[in-house]
Amino acid sequence: MSRAGDLDEADDAVRVRMVVNGRKTACDVAPRDTLVDCLRNQLELTGTHAGCEMGACGACLVQLDGRAVHACLMFAVQADGARIDTIEGLAESGVIADLQAEFHRRNALQCGFCTPGMLMTAHDLLSHDARPDRETIRDALSGNFCRCTGYEAIVDAIAAVAEARTTKASQPAEGSSS
Amino acid sequence: MSAPLTSLDRPNSYIGRAVPRPNAKRLLAGRGRYVTDIRLPRMLHAAFLRSSHAHARIISIDAEAARALPGVHLVATGPDLAKICTPWTGTLDHFKGMTSEPQLPLPLERVVWAGQAVVAVVAESRALAEDALELISVDYEELPAVVDLDAARQSGAERVNPAVGSNICFRAQLDSGGVDDAFASALHVIEQDFSFGRHTPVTLEPRAIIADYESESGMLTVHHATQTPYQFQDLYSRHYGIPEARVRVIAPDIGGSFGMKLHVYHEDMAVVGLSMLLGRPVKYVADRIESFVSDIHARDHQVKARMAVDAAGKILAMDVHDVTAIGAFSTYPRTSVVEGNQVIRLIGAPYDFKSYRAALEVVFQNKVQTSQYRAVGHPIACAVTERMVDLAAARVGLDPLAMRANNVIADDAYPTASPTGYKFEALSHQACLERLRRLMDYDALRAEQAELRRRGIHRGIGIATFVEITNPSPAFYGVGGARISSQDGATLSLTPSGEVRCAISVTEQGQGTEAIISQIVADQLGVAQEHVKILTGDTEVTPHGGATWACRGAGIGGETALQAARQLKANILEIAGLILQEQPAALDIVDGQVVGKATQKPRLSVAEIARISYFRSDTLPPGTQAQLTVSHHFAPQGYPFAFTNGIQGCYLEVDVDTGFVKLLKHYVVEDCGRIINPMLVDEQLRGGVVQGLGAALFEECRYGETGQLLNGSLADYLVPMAMEMPDIVIDHVETPTADTILGAKGCGEAGTAAASACVLNAVNDALTTFGASINAIPITPARVLKALNRY
Ligand code: FES
Ligand code: FES
Repeated sequence: MSRAGDLDEADDAVRVRMVVNGRKTACDVAPRDTLVDCLRNQLELTGTHAGCEMGACGACLVQLDGRAVHACLMFAVQADGARIDTIEGLAESGVIADLQAEFHRRNALQCGFCTPGMLMTAHDLLSHDARPDRETIRDALSGNFCRCTGYEAIVDAIAAVAEARTTKASQPAEGSSS
Repeated sequence: MSAPLTSLDRPNSYIGRAVPRPNAKRLLAGRGRYVTDIRLPRMLHAAFLRSSHAHARIISIDAEAARALPGVHLVATGPDLAKICTPWTGTLDHFKGMTSEPQLPLPLERVVWAGQAVVAVVAESRALAEDALELISVDYEELPAVVDLDAARQSGAERVNPAVGSNICFRAQLDSGGVDDAFASALHVIEQDFSFGRHTPVTLEPRAIIADYESESGMLTVHHATQTPYQFQDLYSRHYGIPEARVRVIAPDIGGSFGMKLHVYHEDMAVVGLSMLLGRPVKYVADRIESFVSDIHARDHQVKARMAVDAAGKILAMDVHDVTAIGAFSTYPRTSVVEGNQVIRLIGAPYDFKSYRAALEVVFQNKVQTSQYRAVGHPIACAVTERMVDLAAARVGLDPLAMRANNVIADDAYPTASPTGYKFEALSHQACLERLRRLMDYDALRAEQAELRRRGIHRGIGIATFVEITNPSPAFYGVGGARISSQDGATLSLTPSGEVRCAISVTEQGQGTEAIISQIVADQLGVAQEHVKILTGDTEVTPHGGATWACRGAGIGGETALQAARQLKANILEIAGLILQEQPAALDIVDGQVVGKATQKPRLSVAEIARISYFRSDTLPPGTQAQLTVSHHFAPQGYPFAFTNGIQGCYLEVDVDTGFVKLLKHYVVEDCGRIINPMLVDEQLRGGVVQGLGAALFEECRYGETGQLLNGSLADYLVPMAMEMPDIVIDHVETPTADTILGAKGCGEAGTAAASACVLNAVNDALTTFGASINAIPITPARVLKALNRY
């Protein structure tokens, strides 16, 4: 069977439209491309990592319409129409600045390969549960594999941010009338 | 000439300070640059067809359809790469009599483990390359596979290499003398067999490499996720016949290594050759399944141990036999016998006894290679020793901590040597032991244990004393003929604006190498840490050096940086002296300012010295040549290794109905000499402990009878996760080595060295009332229930 080379690939391509990190984005993907492939290869958002490609390690976590999902378990075409936020987007918007700062201060990362996924989980957890105890934090991290840290520093960092956020929330907002 | 190393109140005193890692912020923003992330112009992608048999002869390979697939640029088999790559053999001269078959990137006629790469495809995308693999058919003639360790040792066993007489790779024996007499005279003789499963490092970033050969210049650039770029520069140069200076190896951000990424892998060697054949960059990233079948595995030991003890509980002698299986080849260039060699040399090392005998047998089998992984040999030696100590304590009727207090080498007995000949400069077993007793609140914990036991709750306390080999000299590899450096080099420059740039041969995998080197340089020069930029991981940029392995980064790399910084400081002060008309010895540098040593008053900024030297050298006295770049090398001398020591404790609960073990708390007291950054040391210990805890309870590469790996995925191979891991309490004793000015020793493997031994002892402690005993790792629920006769 004679084939027309690269044209085949282009013929199979599907156009996917997403709002990625706040910007409208369109890209052509093969039907078999996963969301993590599309983000990393097509959109060059390499902060999202692939560690197992079967939903076991959490390195590929991104936010899809505000919920943490495994980008390795979804085909890119399934994300059509969705809002995707990756580590790059969350970092630029400043919503996880306190988490990043505390991870840094507490050295809650070594090689950093698990770190974007850890931050996704931490962000997700704290948006549902403002005062998780250590047990709850460890439980929330149960889908995030880290080979370097032994987890304790990550738990410490998330606990410290939860506490700081709660303290801040309980103080009267600046400029409020007395 | 300098202030004391650890006075934390003087300006720019960074040695001993818990400062965060400057280079970690990028990683937190998703701006890491791992090899996995790198894309080069015209880059192609490699994928490998792997053997489905553990042992088979290759009859023929039909790759026509794959070659014809659009987008495929090359399909290569063994002979294609053998034409350009010379074979390698994983033996070293100081392991007398060891053998291993020569290896090539892809096999010529025989496959020797299930998962071995057989055919390479290079295509425009990884997906296309994988499509092409499905079009290749290989005709195999199956050969008998050597899978079981005991079967492999039988005479007349099927052989991994049919051309030789046995499956033995290496044998060694140690005998201090007096062993039989000691056993004959001992009141108690304890005997026990142990087994340790195979596990594997499972770095979160898999192995990744991009080779980029440019035929016009004859230049090879390799972006390689490795700890040891210089070692690979040397190997690529020699095996592919490219002059060393034309080989550049760059190791950017690495997603974990732990020893795994410093071995030669067949695929990595192949990728270099594929790039040479194509004249284009070729990338290969192992997927997780490929990692499980082709990354090195580790451990896999069967140990028989005997210990002779007198009536008072004093250890008199030990006699051990370790058999370890290493797969089909010994790895290159570090071999696969170092682990076994360290097992037999480290057993009993914390204890004061004279008579020791050991035998080691290293055996081939049709599985992927085992080799050096974090704490090489230590966890096995420690588990055997510490379990034997507990068994002896029980026999004599002593508390485990008291038994250790009676037997460890006394803190005032140094320098001394182990019965196996390891020389110890100064260790602190007694101090660590007392510290641990307080840290754990040992007596209270025992009381709580007893109280809970009455209520049917079975908790266990485990203790493990250990020593760790760090700061290796050429005695480790160099003497065996390996071109693996034990020295490091640094090039330190004062930049024109008065900042400092340090290019050093030790490398970063997240442990904080760059952070501690910048702390040392800033501290020794007298400048702010943020004005020091560290460069690592590029053979084109830094001097040649050993890089990072065997816990040498802080001790050897740190001393290199310290000595280089002192030299640069002397050079800066010499120019300052000329400008200020002062004796350099009367000047010092504090916070980037040259000050009078006596007055501490600022006289001139370092930036001004840089400006004058670089741009207005005409204003310096005639004949002055400012040397604001120094290159300096440091090789360890004195003791062949800087041993460290410590002790760990573990508190856990065993559910005797389900066999599950719940880790409650872990304790570490460690002595790594001078601590440069206490936070980073503690995090190294925690990470190391958790790798040991994973080994103790979960991790095992399980094989079927035909040599197939049965659990090669992250869903099937269990790794320690956050909710299973305890908090880890850490304390330190500091005994600096006198072999260096810095006094630092290593700490990266200490956690792993003793954690699994601790768990083994704690589980057995929890089960004592049942008369049950476990002497195998991992301690799975099934093993616990079996020991309790409930399974
Ligand atoms: S890569 Fe998606 S969970 Fe591991
Ligand atoms: S920091 Fe390396 S995997 Fe978590």
